[in-house]
Amino acid sequence: MFSETVELRGHIIDSLILPKVLDEILRAGGTFKIHQIKIGQQRVDQSFARIEVSGPTHETLDELVLRLRQHGAEVVEKADVQLASAPADGVFPANFYVTTNQQTFITLDGKEIEVRPAIMDSAIAVDSASQRATAVKFYEVRKGVKIVVGHQGIRVAPIQRSTARTEVFEFMSNVSIEQPKSAVIREMAREFKRARETGGKILVVTGPAVVHTGGAEHLERLIEWGYVDLLFAGNALAMRDIENVLFGQPRRMNLDRGSLDDEGHENHIRAINAMREAGSIARAVEIGVLQRGIMCSCVRHGVEFVLAGSIRDDGPLPDVITDAIEAQKAMREKITGVTIALMMGTMLHSLAVENLLPANVKTFCIDINPVSVSKLTERGRFQAVGLVTDVEAFLRELTDCLVKLDATTARDGAKT
Amino acid sequence: MRELLLCPPDHYGIEYEINPWMSRARGAEAALAQKQWKDLRATLSKLDCKIELVTPQPKLPDMVFTANAGLAVGKKFIPSNFRHKERAGEAPHFSRWMEEHGYQISWLPEDYYFEGEGDALFVGDALFCGYKFRSDIKSHRAVADILGCLVVSVELVDPRFYHLDTCFCPLPDGGAVWFPAAFDEYGQRAIREHIPELVDVVPEEAAHFSCNAIVLERDIVLPEGAPKLMTTLRERGYRCHELPMTEFLKAGGACKCLTMFLPQRGAMPNAH
Repeated sequence: MFSETVELRGHIIDSLILPKVLDEILRAGGTFKIHQIKIGQQRVDQSFARIEVSGPTHETLDELVLRLRQHGAEVVEKADVQLASAPADGVFPANFYVTTNQQTFITLDGKEIEVRPAIMDSAIAVDSASQRATAVKFYEVRKGVKIVVGHQGIRVAPIQRSTARTEVFEFMSNVSIEQPKSAVIREMAREFKRARETGGKILVVTGPAVVHTGGAEHLERLIEWGYVDLLFAGNALAMRDIENVLFGQPRRMNLDRGSLDDEGHENHIRAINAMREAGSIARAVEIGVLQRGIMCSCVRHGVEFVLAGSIRDDGPLPDVITDAIEAQKAMREKITGVTIALMMGTMLHSLAVENLLPANVKTFCIDINPVSVSKLTERGRFQAVGLVTDVEAFLRELTDCLVKLDATTARDGAKT
Repeated sequence: MRELLLCPPDHYGIEYEINPWMSRARGAEAALAQKQWKDLRATLSKLDCKIELVTPQPKLPDMVFTANAGLAVGKKFIPSNFRHKERAGEAPHFSRWMEEHGYQISWLPEDYYFEGEGDALFVGDALFCGYKFRSDIKSHRAVADILGCLVVSVELVDPRFYHLDTCFCPLPDGGAVWFPAAFDEYGQRAIREHIPELVDVVPEEAAHFSCNAIVLERDIVLPEGAPKLMTTLRERGYRCHELPMTEFLKAGGACKCLTMFLPQRGAMPNAH
């Protein structure tokens, strides 16, 4: 939302100018916040109101403010942000402004500019020539770049909590093992469907637990049905998935037979070698080495993935980005347009991704460990729902709900 | 005895078009305009008004509409800041005349448009001011500051009724004659809230500028063409004097536009 602050003075109550201005804002699709109001005590006393007017676009707001000026509203000149030069590569100037994950605007030359992307724990780099404000991480800043310092000229537009009672976020905010899981998962399924229908991107962040618990096939189905647009994971998820496909024995456990294998401990190394031999996971799918599984489904259905490495990785797989900063960059580049993030069985990876997401992304956190779910949902995010449950059980129920929802839609469609 | 400022129509004519009534192709007849103006002056004199005259100036044809000279309250005079450059030249002539006649002149900031009594009429101690087509709402605030009175700002929405005095006429009993459709919804509500006794004018009579009337206690001088309004006013105990105003209607003016009260009312009790 873009905003301007206007002031009304005069006999704005007797003349009904104040209600007229507020109505006009709402009619134009804008919103207002009355920052100050002083009502005249005597009949001849004039009144005063300072109102923050917000509109969805610059154009709507300009048009609206122009109309409000006709009714006597005066635009309050905004103070520009204060800038200081970065003293060295990778160092922000003292007192630099630290971003949140909410939509943020800065005033530059009297005009509001949106800071992009909405990412937390960054500084704001300003290019006056191109009138651009960018949230930057340490490694992105070069000596001399202008960085916003202090708080002047900064406006944060907080996410409004949903007021629709049916939304899953309305009734689920606490993490508890004693939650009505079916109802929550049903609502989550509705959110997934809504995202798919409205062009929102769904991001899945998952650890190898999805394979260990036997949930891989459900995730594959989600991918096949178009409910996954992006996958962020580590070496382990891809490795266990591929091992499971090639050898059927992740971590010496034969999932089909439910028994231990003698030589199972070396299979994941052999799986990695097969991928390294092929050159990449995509190539392995292309030449037929990898014919099913989560990673194979991603390749076949054009789902982009970023595999970030860690110090305990075996291999790693050829697709894994081992430079943490490069991996973070790759994830940041791809998250544009994400509206739902499903995080399953991986606390550290989920926390890392959550730091990159704007506040308006709806987040579902699934983990068998209540501590992980709490950590992920209690980070000030407005739209986060956590479920303490087994990943396989969750995915099974989610896919069932989606099947039922599709059936209902089809039936309703046939009726009309 | 009420005192009124008039300006002889010696240089009157349709020389430009700044409202929907004006058409240079359909000019005013000079001789007839003279006659209609003289009849108005005679009627007002007969009703015991003291008539003051400001000297008409060449190339300022609309100077005849003295209601737009400014607003006189007590001994204060707020000269108009005309929106159209065609009329801006009138201001110094009017303010000089007012100054010479003992008025204290309070100029508004140059960028505040205000067209005087044409857009500012008292009902009791509340000043009703029209805005949008000619006056700015900003000027209303400044006028309230100068006079120390309540100003009720109302938005005009029909370009044919571009000044408040073309669609609104206060009566001495605290009521007013008005054409509601000339105001926006909020203006209508504000007027209704402040003035309980309102006389609505029907559209066909409003189009004859029936609201553009001069009210002198029980006598009302108004343009001809308002039989329904006259009946209502007579029932309320007013004497109506209708006059032909055809030549001035061609410029979007009638009886009230051709006069300015000297002053419109006495000083406000709490004026500073």
